[in-house]
Amino acid sequence: MAWLFRMANTIVQFENVGLRYGTGTETLSDLSFTLDSGGFYFLTGQSGAGKTSLLKLLYLALRPSRGLIRLFDEDVVTLPRGRLPGFRRRIGVVFQDFRLVPHLSAFDNIALPLRVAGVEESDLATPVNEMLAWVGLSDRSSARPATLSGGEQQRVAIARAVIGRPEILIADEPTGNVDPEMAARLLHLFDALNKLGTTIVVATHDIHLLSRVSTAQMMRLDGGRLADPTGALRHPPREPRGRRRGKSGA
Amino acid sequence: MNLLRANSAAERRLLSEGRLSGPMPWVIAIMMFLTVLAAAGGLALTHAASNVADSIAQRITIQIVEANPDLRDEQSDSAVAMLDDLAGVTSIARVPDAEIDALLEPWIGAGGSAEGIPVPALIDVDLTREAHDRLDTIQAAIRRVAPDARIDDHAEFLAPLAGLIGSLTWLSLALVLLTAGATAAAVILAIRSALNTHRNTIEILHLMGSTDTQVARLFQRRIALDALIGGATGCLFAVIVILLLGQRIRAVGSELLGSVGLPWAAWLILFLLPLAGALIATLVARVTVLGALKKML
Repeated sequence: MAWLFRMANTIVQFENVGLRYGTGTETLSDLSFTLDSGGFYFLTGQSGAGKTSLLKLLYLALRPSRGLIRLFDEDVVTLPRGRLPGFRRRIGVVFQDFRLVPHLSAFDNIALPLRVAGVEESDLATPVNEMLAWVGLSDRSSARPATLSGGEQQRVAIARAVIGRPEILIADEPTGNVDPEMAARLLHLFDALNKLGTTIVVATHDIHLLSRVSTAQMMRLDGGRLADPTGALRHPPREPRGRRRGKSGA
Repeated sequence: MNLLRANSAAERRLLSEGRLSGPMPWVIAIMMFLTVLAAAGGLALTHAASNVADSIAQRITIQIVEANPDLRDEQSDSAVAMLDDLAGVTSIARVPDAEIDALLEPWIGAGGSAEGIPVPALIDVDLTREAHDRLDTIQAAIRRVAPDARIDDHAEFLAPLAGLIGSLTWLSLALVLLTAGATAAAVILAIRSALNTHRNTIEILHLMGSTDTQVARLFQRRIALDALIGGATGCLFAVIVILLLGQRIRAVGSELLGSVGLPWAAWLILFLLPLAGALIATLVARVTVLGALKKML
């Protein structure tokens, strides 16, 4: 019964996952963990530890070389390619290098996930303008990425990632190019999304961020293996913790 | 509703260039120009061959080679009378002496036959295809009533011409297929180049949940636009060339060259070629893009 309870609340499950690029050594080895729906997770580790590779597995940019990955209660390792778009639409990603479309305005970049999902053009303006206001870029809506500062580009990338109200938000070093005040605002934003039921996974070097979200759990990668100092990830507690939230608010 | 629907301004902005690549419409225009010319040539030759076949391929000409004009007339009359009763004969026309004199005038002078020069009597006979197939029997019947008759089958001297027309028609078809193949190859190269150019955008779209079909549609519409603009331009120039050539051919005044023309159905086919080209280019683009996207996760 305990297993059933845990599985019902699990949104991501890794079992003995390994990732190898080409014929080289494994970048990620023997990863086994679960992420709970509505959880807030920080992924830390030194450069080259495999954080970005792990995130790529999570946002379905890569398939593992071995092991099992279950996402939204489905095996995504053997998932037919044609079904990947449906899963990807449920995931928001903030890339480390932002990956904004260079010839599109901030407005159009933020609107992209909604257009992909088939939202009518007439229904786009309100949510996109709200997102622009939310990240403090209302006056830059028609600016192209090349004319935005690094921090502004990052905010556009974050707005694009969250506008579709994803079930999982994955952010790779989202505070790397912003000042401390903006970093605090972004974390506040992620926390607010988390309270609405979105599972948040943030890869970061910034150890100070970890203390700012009291309910967050930490995953630390070391040499492509998961170092789990608390044991909370491998063996999550049976009972939801104080601030564990379901998806009712989503 | 879809991100990549036909009239979406967002779609038009999604790929940075207005068209897939600068010279693409011009490449397609040149290919379509050559295709339309080759097709027009093939269609005109087919039409000419059909005209020739309909008019004279089933025709025979009987020469009554008899020096005695009375015997010549007698044999001519007997042959005409016999042919008149024969099944499969659609027309019999004895060539008038005046017409024969006119034919011979450059060689023997005016009124040659009237001056006692023995000139054969000529009888043009049109047969049905079935009757032409049993020409040996008809020849034997003619010779029974006109022993001095020589029979010229027009199909025999038309055979090399028909063969030439047939070869040229096949050559035209081959040229049309070659230019279509070259156009498809150009489209494939342009699409591959465009895929490389827009790889980052495609990856972003994929990671946001775009399907391959959505991405392919972006490229299809761009290439369809290029192909339509280029195809229409090439077709327009080709039609101008065809009309000018037609004027020159009519100026020659040759009956054989005059039979080389384009019926309305052929013009319809020529005007449909740009549409067919755009359709082929779009399909090639779709297959190429989908094939390339399958290599991405």
